[in-house]
Amino acid sequence: MRWRPVALRLGAVLVAVLLTLPIVAVCGVTPAEGWASLVNGACGSIDKFGYVLATAAPLLLCAAGLLIAFSAGLWNIGVEGQVVLGAVAAFAVLRAPWAVEHPIVANLGAAVAAWLAGAVWALVTAVLKTRGGIHEIFGGLALNFAAAGVTLYLILGPWKRPGVGSTSGSVPVRETLWLPALGEWNLSVVELLLPIVALIAAAVLLKGTYFGLRLKALGANGRAAERLGVPVRRNLTIALCASGALAGLAGWLLIVGVSAQHNLHSEISGGFGYLALLLVLLANMRARWCVPLALLFAVLLRGGLQLSMDHGLDSSVGGVLQGVLVLAALFASGLVAKWQLSGRGEGEK
Amino acid sequence: VDTAVLLSMIVATAPPVIFAVLGETICERAGVINLGLDGMLVLSAMTSFAAAATTGSLAVGFLAGAAVGILVALVLAIGTLTLRQSQFAIGFVLTLLCRDLAYVLGRSFEHQAGPQVAPLSLPGLASVPVLGPIFFQQNMLVYAALACVFATWFYLYHTQAGLRLCGLGENPQAAFARGVNVVRQRYLYVCLGGALTGLGGAAFSLFVRPGWCRPDGITGTGWIALAIVIFGGWHPVRAALGACLFVALQILAVRWQGALPSGIPSQLLTCIPFPLMIFALLLVTLTRSEGTQRVLARLPTGLRNVIERFLNILKATPPAALGRDFKRD
Repeated sequence: MRWRPVALRLGAVLVAVLLTLPIVAVCGVTPAEGWASLVNGACGSIDKFGYVLATAAPLLLCAAGLLIAFSAGLWNIGVEGQVVLGAVAAFAVLRAPWAVEHPIVANLGAAVAAWLAGAVWALVTAVLKTRGGIHEIFGGLALNFAAAGVTLYLILGPWKRPGVGSTSGSVPVRETLWLPALGEWNLSVVELLLPIVALIAAAVLLKGTYFGLRLKALGANGRAAERLGVPVRRNLTIALCASGALAGLAGWLLIVGVSAQHNLHSEISGGFGYLALLLVLLANMRARWCVPLALLFAVLLRGGLQLSMDHGLDSSVGGVLQGVLVLAALFASGLVAKWQLSGRGEGEK
Repeated sequence: VDTAVLLSMIVATAPPVIFAVLGETICERAGVINLGLDGMLVLSAMTSFAAAATTGSLAVGFLAGAAVGILVALVLAIGTLTLRQSQFAIGFVLTLLCRDLAYVLGRSFEHQAGPQVAPLSLPGLASVPVLGPIFFQQNMLVYAALACVFATWFYLYHTQAGLRLCGLGENPQAAFARGVNVVRQRYLYVCLGGALTGLGGAAFSLFVRPGWCRPDGITGTGWIALAIVIFGGWHPVRAALGACLFVALQILAVRWQGALPSGIPSQLLTCIPFPLMIFALLLVTLTRSEGTQRVLARLPTGLRNVIERFLNILKATPPAALGRDFKRD
């Protein structure tokens, strides 16, 4: 039975590839050319592969947080805004005049600030949900728009480049504040390890603690959990804040990562949060699937950029690949559930 | 600004949002949340402009928009009704996928000229003193949107089929026991909702902001439409009013740009309608919260009755089975 989920996902990948071929063909790119660009963009050189890993890092951090939220049955769509606020907080610390003299202290402070900012932004969603009765999807979305507003205000107002402010962003932070590169790679140890540590921590939290068990009870049946004495509001709030905190850390990486732009700009997250949601859906909310799938998403993202540059396509082409992939996976798991049901007869419903 | 001019501007700009909220209201009344609304709008806006620009025919453009809406709705219906996946999951994937598809496929149509809906005053009605200029010196699109609001309201509240539609979302088990084919009916209404949303997308790219470019100006509207449906208490007329309110906020945001103090960048104002609309939801949900009831209980009776009557207008309860998978047993 264990090969089944694997075969299922491989099948879904195959179907997704087949589905995207006509789309790419419509744009006048042959499959061979498209494939070549994709692979070259993602793995063509050490540098390019470094970019892939650096792209996977914030994705994985967000995914780790989303695993916690999902297990409590929460759709933390506000993850996008939490990433942005994390980046804003990190940048606020790093642009302080004293930061250059104490790079390590400043970076630790920036990480903590980002962590807190993400958590606070998620706390607003949580309060809106538990006290105001607003579904976390709508609260989260409103805060995503608000986060975009905050960024826009900062880069056009108080933090604008000397002279003329533009949406291209503020002045970058000093090079001494960037994370140190690992030898030849355009990648740092922190970017490699932090997401993995976060993912393991989230998995342990969910699998091995009473807190995780309570969240799962909430996610499976909120009303029953409440009757059994699980403090619903408190646990939902903690789950959302934990999720937001990890997203905030991802925002920090987007500022100080080796290959980042190192400044605050209007597209600072650029959809990483939404992408992480797709990733967790594709991973069927299993932590161990997140790592390979995050790499796959990063490959599609970087490779998609190359593909769009080589052939004059829109840069969203990677997004189409990712979307079709997740949709195919969801359909595949629905199909398998249906076959299993009909195999066992109607009695087992 | 002249109020009448402002009102007629609102009515002229509202059709995309009105079509979208009507489509979503019908879909949710049948018990299915279409979280893919935003992507559906963007993709249908792109497709209908592309179709109209290629063929030179507005009718083809609108048909293409509706067809894309139905197609995306079918994907949602198959995934959630037949394959029983989470409505949130499928809808969310669809919203991102459709948006990206629109950007990729629409690239060659950016900044092109194409046909657009021409104004058409309704003879007779257009010369009615106050209402004429606001409602009847518009175009076919506006009249169609207003007619759809009325038709949806009539269908939901004054026909037997409309009653059955509400049954699908309130208590599908009971509907099933009464001999209704729940899954097939839900398919039908999800697709109908998709068609209306597709028309909304077409209304945007063929009239409100003719053409296709990036940023397209409609991304995000679908999310607001989802919020408006809640704000409107799943009632087509109230939802349409909510749509007008949102459009009014957008128009005012642009108008007031000049009036800002110098420290505040003007781009900020265009972000504001979105959070504002969603916090308007707070008003609706607060009417149901315990805290409000507790505060109310302490007030003198006369005042309490007045406030309660006001709150009851805002009150909205979602269809009981909204978002749930239908099982026969």
